[in-house]
Amino acid sequence: MSGAANDPGSAGAGAIRRLLDHDLVYSFLSSPLTVVAAVVTGVIFIATGLAPWLAPHEPFNPATLSLMDAFTVPAWMDGGTSRYILGTDDLGRDMLSTIMHGARISIIVGFSAVMLGMTLGVGLGVLSGYLGGWFEIVVMRLADIQLTIPGILVALLIDGIARGLLPREQHADLMIYVIILAIGLSDWPQFARVTRSATLVEKRLDYVAAARLTGIGPMTIMIRHILPNVMRPVLVLATVGLALAIIAEATLSFLGVGMPPTTPSLGTLIRVGGDFLYSGEWWITLFPALVLVTLVLAVNLLGDWLRDALDPKLR
Amino acid sequence: MKVWKYSGALALVLAVVFAVPAQAETVLRWSSQGDALTLDPHSQNEGPTVTMSLQMYEPLVGRDSSMKKQPALATSWSLTDPNTWQFKLRQGVAFHDGTPFTAADVVFSFQRAASDSSDFKPNTKGIVSVEAVDDFTVDIVLEMPNPLLPDQITNVFIMSKAWAEANNVVEPQDYKQQEETYAIRNANGTGPFKLELREPDIRTVLVRNDEWWGLSRDPHNIDRIEFRPISNKATRVAALLSGEIDFLLDPPLQDLKRIDGTSGLKTLRVNQMRTIFLGMDQGVAELRTSNVKGKNPFADLRVRRAMYQAIDIEAIREKVMRGLSIPAGFVVPPGVNGHTPARDARLPYDPAAAKALLADAGYPDGFSVRLDCPNNRYNNDERICQAVVGMFGAIGVDVDLDAIRKSLHFPKIENRETDFYLLGWGAPSTLDAQLTFLLLTHSKGEWNPTGYSNPKADALIEALPIELDLDKRNAKMAELWKIVQDDIVYLPLHHQVISWGMSDKLDIPIVPNNMPQFRWARLAS
Repeated sequence: MSGAANDPGSAGAGAIRRLLDHDLVYSFLSSPLTVVAAVVTGVIFIATGLAPWLAPHEPFNPATLSLMDAFTVPAWMDGGTSRYILGTDDLGRDMLSTIMHGARISIIVGFSAVMLGMTLGVGLGVLSGYLGGWFEIVVMRLADIQLTIPGILVALLIDGIARGLLPREQHADLMIYVIILAIGLSDWPQFARVTRSATLVEKRLDYVAAARLTGIGPMTIMIRHILPNVMRPVLVLATVGLALAIIAEATLSFLGVGMPPTTPSLGTLIRVGGDFLYSGEWWITLFPALVLVTLVLAVNLLGDWLRDALDPKLR
Repeated sequence: MKVWKYSGALALVLAVVFAVPAQAETVLRWSSQGDALTLDPHSQNEGPTVTMSLQMYEPLVGRDSSMKKQPALATSWSLTDPNTWQFKLRQGVAFHDGTPFTAADVVFSFQRAASDSSDFKPNTKGIVSVEAVDDFTVDIVLEMPNPLLPDQITNVFIMSKAWAEANNVVEPQDYKQQEETYAIRNANGTGPFKLELREPDIRTVLVRNDEWWGLSRDPHNIDRIEFRPISNKATRVAALLSGEIDFLLDPPLQDLKRIDGTSGLKTLRVNQMRTIFLGMDQGVAELRTSNVKGKNPFADLRVRRAMYQAIDIEAIREKVMRGLSIPAGFVVPPGVNGHTPARDARLPYDPAAAKALLADAGYPDGFSVRLDCPNNRYNNDERICQAVVGMFGAIGVDVDLDAIRKSLHFPKIENRETDFYLLGWGAPSTLDAQLTFLLLTHSKGEWNPTGYSNPKADALIEALPIELDLDKRNAKMAELWKIVQDDIVYLPLHHQVISWGMSDKLDIPIVPNNMPQFRWARLAS
């Protein structure tokens, strides 16, 4: 990618060949762990993304549920049935289908939150790096202040305020947006800091000066010229951030202030299942927990590899 | 030289450290999912709240652990004429602050319990006046004869008149308005324990009242009671399993086996006098939370019947209650006067019939409504709600569940702001269904937000207190239940079975009103 940023418009037939030759692809294929992580992430993303079509049951359609099926053990144990491979929960919902839908919500929340945090952080970062002055001071000090508070506390705070402001009846429907907002707002400073420092470097380079001399406005310079060149570390941060956002969502839901049990995420499933740990119905909490761990681990490994490959400075 | 000086100081410190704990305190630590709503003894007539009051306050007539009436602040009572009950008061009793207890306190407390913001008005109903004959004799004058009066007032706690006046709490706390008063965080009764610390929803600490008159009758050995509500089920059980608490009022049903199988712990079980049911607002013109506008689906008997027959109560018993419930046909638990086994039969579970009834009533595609449910009051309350939501969904009724803390749930019912709700009802003070009718099915009943109003039932309810012959009275109650059941005012679910989990060092009798009284407890060290 080095040097490619100066001609962002060029794309064509040779692109695929160049891509395969690229050192990014090379480093990917030469790290088996990364390939495994990518496959695992891909499988989880596809399985959950297509959950409404792929899941063997409709766990949230009450017409298909029977309470008498509740607490069915996983298929390989005595009393299990192949109808419910991973068993059922306390309401008779198929665990596998519930997990697929739950992970889908976790990933949607994680993705949206990172997108929000990234947009906000990168925007403020480029602006403050490029403009400098009082704007930079205000934004960066705000970021510093927020960084001294653990992200999950900030998310809890925003979540709590939103819960207080919104009418109770709408909590179930609006909760997903509240959580996206809470997590997104809690992790913009990371993006802002990295982008600002990258912008400070870029704006002293000749291509920016050249652009400025041709009379292009500052907005265009920031968006068309600087932004593409600061995106590398941002991409790395975003990948790691996705794993963190999924964890943050699970934490909120586990604490009971996240997704409601009617539209559960992985964290909600783990919390609800926790009630049955002492009575021996371990599968209700264990399987969602395993999926969460696997998903986060895989995304983290991808993020690590991306950091090594894209941004040696961050190593 | 210096060394000697220091060692002298060290010896002193050691002496102090090791000398003090010689007299070990017996501390009972217990937990339950929710806290008492208030400490004001006349503000909320709710199980856990009354349980907390019972440790500190006393009524005139109490109950022993077998639920029989027992003298408390009154030593004896008798009818002096058909409308007058005379109570002889216990002499030499003092409130926790040292003020002596006299007839003036009784008169004051009955007035307070009968005032507007009191939740114990039903317990003082029919009382025309309470008069002090002398310092230790009180006459309670009634509108009409009531043989059950001593039962009816077993939850009317006696407060100190002087203390209430000094602290500006002559009126009970208005709980519906979430009023803050001195009496909701402080207590001054005559009972076996004194309040030391009150942090609502965090912890409440009581200490032994060495001056309590009843120590020879109930020789408990508890010096200190520490109560800490724990809402999370698994955390609650973990606290018991790890020995962090000695007594757990509401162990999750699924964990009883585990508690029984743990050495050093035991469980006790008894059928509780409490029935869990669902109520529907059938009186309002249009439901607040439904997609049906301009009419109320619950006003149609066929819809109520469809909802009833959609409930698979056996599945709830087996999967949600782990067998610890008795399917109910009406809202009177066994053991309460007015329970007729014949009336306790349920309509059959039949989702196909339920669907047909809905279609017949003009809702072939069902309708939507919100179900209000407490999540820290009854055994597995939220899970019962989740289960019935699924069952209603199976017949096409889309129920949106709002499960919240009891302190937010109960005001919705009292203020008549709910379309569809879950509630549990017992008759722990009177052990008689008369109040159940009066409060739940009379058109003006304080706990009847269903809008059900049947003049015939109202007349029968009002006539109940006049009927003194027990058999005739029960026959009338059975007749009343038939009317209420035929109208499907409520969707009864089950009678609760209660179970307590505790350390096997603790000896305390389990009581069917689910209100442990620690004056009966002995804790081995």
